Amino acid sequence: MSEVMIEARGLTKRYGPHRALDDATFDISRGEIVGFLGPNGAGKSTTMKILTCFIAPTEGTAKVNGCDIWADSLGARAAIGYLPESTPLYTEMLVAEYLEFIGEMRGLRGPKLHARVKKVVEETSLGDKFASEIHTLSKGFKQRVGLAQALIHEPPILILDEPLSGLDPNQAVEIRDLIRDIGKERTVILSTHNLPEVQVTCQRVLIISNGKIVADDTPAALTSRGTNRYTLTVRRTDGKSPRDAFSKIKGVDVVRELGAKADEISFEVLPSSNDDLRGEIFQAAVGAGLVLLELRTHKQNLETIFRELTMAELPNPTASDDEDDEDEDEDEDEDE
Amino acid sequence: MQNTLTIASRQFRGYFNGPVAYIVVCVVLAILGPIFWQPFFLMGHASVRQMFSFLGPLLAFAAPAMSMGLIAEERRSGTLELLITMPVRESEVILGKYLAALGLLAVLLVCTVPYPISVSMLGNLDWGPVLTGYLGIFLQGGAMLAIGIAASSFTESQIIAFFVSVTICLTLAFLVGWFLPFIPASLTTLVQWFSFDHHVEGMSRGVIDSRDVIYFLSISGFALMLAFRALESRRWS
Repeated sequence: MSEVMIEARGLTKRYGPHRALDDATFDISRGEIVGFLGPNGAGKSTTMKILTCFIAPTEGTAKVNGCDIWADSLGARAAIGYLPESTPLYTEMLVAEYLEFIGEMRGLRGPKLHARVKKVVEETSLGDKFASEIHTLSKGFKQRVGLAQALIHEPPILILDEPLSGLDPNQAVEIRDLIRDIGKERTVILSTHNLPEVQVTCQRVLIISNGKIVADDTPAALTSRGTNRYTLTVRRTDGKSPRDAFSKIKGVDVVRELGAKADEISFEVLPSSNDDLRGEIFQAAVGAGLVLLELRTHKQNLETIFRELTMAELPNPTASDDEDDEDEDEDEDEDE
Repeated sequence: MQNTLTIASRQFRGYFNGPVAYIVVCVVLAILGPIFWQPFFLMGHASVRQMFSFLGPLLAFAAPAMSMGLIAEERRSGTLELLITMPVRESEVILGKYLAALGLLAVLLVCTVPYPISVSMLGNLDWGPVLTGYLGIFLQGGAMLAIGIAASSFTESQIIAFFVSVTICLTLAFLVGWFLPFIPASLTTLVQWFSFDHHVEGMSRGVIDSRDVIYFLSISGFALMLAFRALESRRWS
């Protein structure tokens, strides 16, 4: 079992009666790239600010690299490289000056400092911009400066708050590759609401909604959690309703008619498990004397899972269940 | 300590990367010139006491201008989050900023040194009161800067920080004196004791009274403590 780098226990942050974060407990091991996923205001940034000791939790505690955020806050901070949301930088400084300043604040001096500055500039491909004032840089380069400052002291843990927001697709790909590179030997936590990013970059996803962690799994496991569904179109040859033919298939939960045009009828078939039912559906159609014109499998993707998990919280904020996939499928028809 | 110096040196360079330092120094010197030299030749003796008595009120505007952005701007732009999440204590942040501001104040005061030098060429200038006068005005400016940092650390807005600290500095520098006639006689000593004027006057005459020094240091210490608390309070809000 790999070493636990971040150990959060019952983190709660209250702003007045509002709970920005509610009893968050999780462990993150060395070498993991973990994505915090959630709608705006769900508590992603709050969690990060607590771990980086910028704000204190109302209840609960956390250990970062073995240092308690209450008892040894300086130790915890020293172990983290942090890029806050929207990349705040001293924009009037030169890139070189800025990185040296951060390096000094991180306790680097003399030749060691220069070596590190040189190294992070290389890693983040900032070479050309080394002597530029930060405010003249594009958003993508500013993001690189932000990453460079987070890396300068070779922290075992990197916390990046929405590192990819506001970048154009090309910049986003570059920064994402950079993060994956960085993540090879470090623990990385990044927050985002961009789902494809998580699928590509992270090995593990924590979905946060209304301050609660509603899911904690690998992207693959999360997407397999929901069941596929099928839509099909048949041509009817006699007057019988073909609906019964499909509902009799073993493993089919619900069959719904989506619409009919002349003698072509479309159905939606919702299975109860994730077994492949395409063969059975075909057989059933043939058995009932129907001509199968179209059959499509709709895979559950992270997006629908995300929406189910985060929307489920809204109507009834006290519900903390994340297993109500089936009931929610009905609402998700439009998203394909 | 090392962190304090790192922050101070960055902030001090930051002053000169932006317009604040140049504007403040130039404006103070531009105003000080005429109001010092005009009555100078009428007085008929070589002294720079007048300069110090003008510098006090000027600093009531200059010091808040120097300190208004120190914390507020970091808060507004979000760089405070980066700064605080480094292994650094809140007190080191406040002290570093304060040292940088004191540095700028020293630059401003050095720029006024040509005045006493000119006066010494015109007449027989006694340098003793000049030196103690500078000490007094530096202590007074230091107290004003500390008040400015305190105001700056409560808000995201430099403008608010500026007006709050100008108001406090002016009150302490002047208004206490102005309102003295309206204050019950039993309170006058106490109220007077709070006034900057009262404490800086002795030093511009060449007398260093430890009570005056302690007064300014206490005001500075109190204001810095307040700034520290304000910065720390973000953790609990």
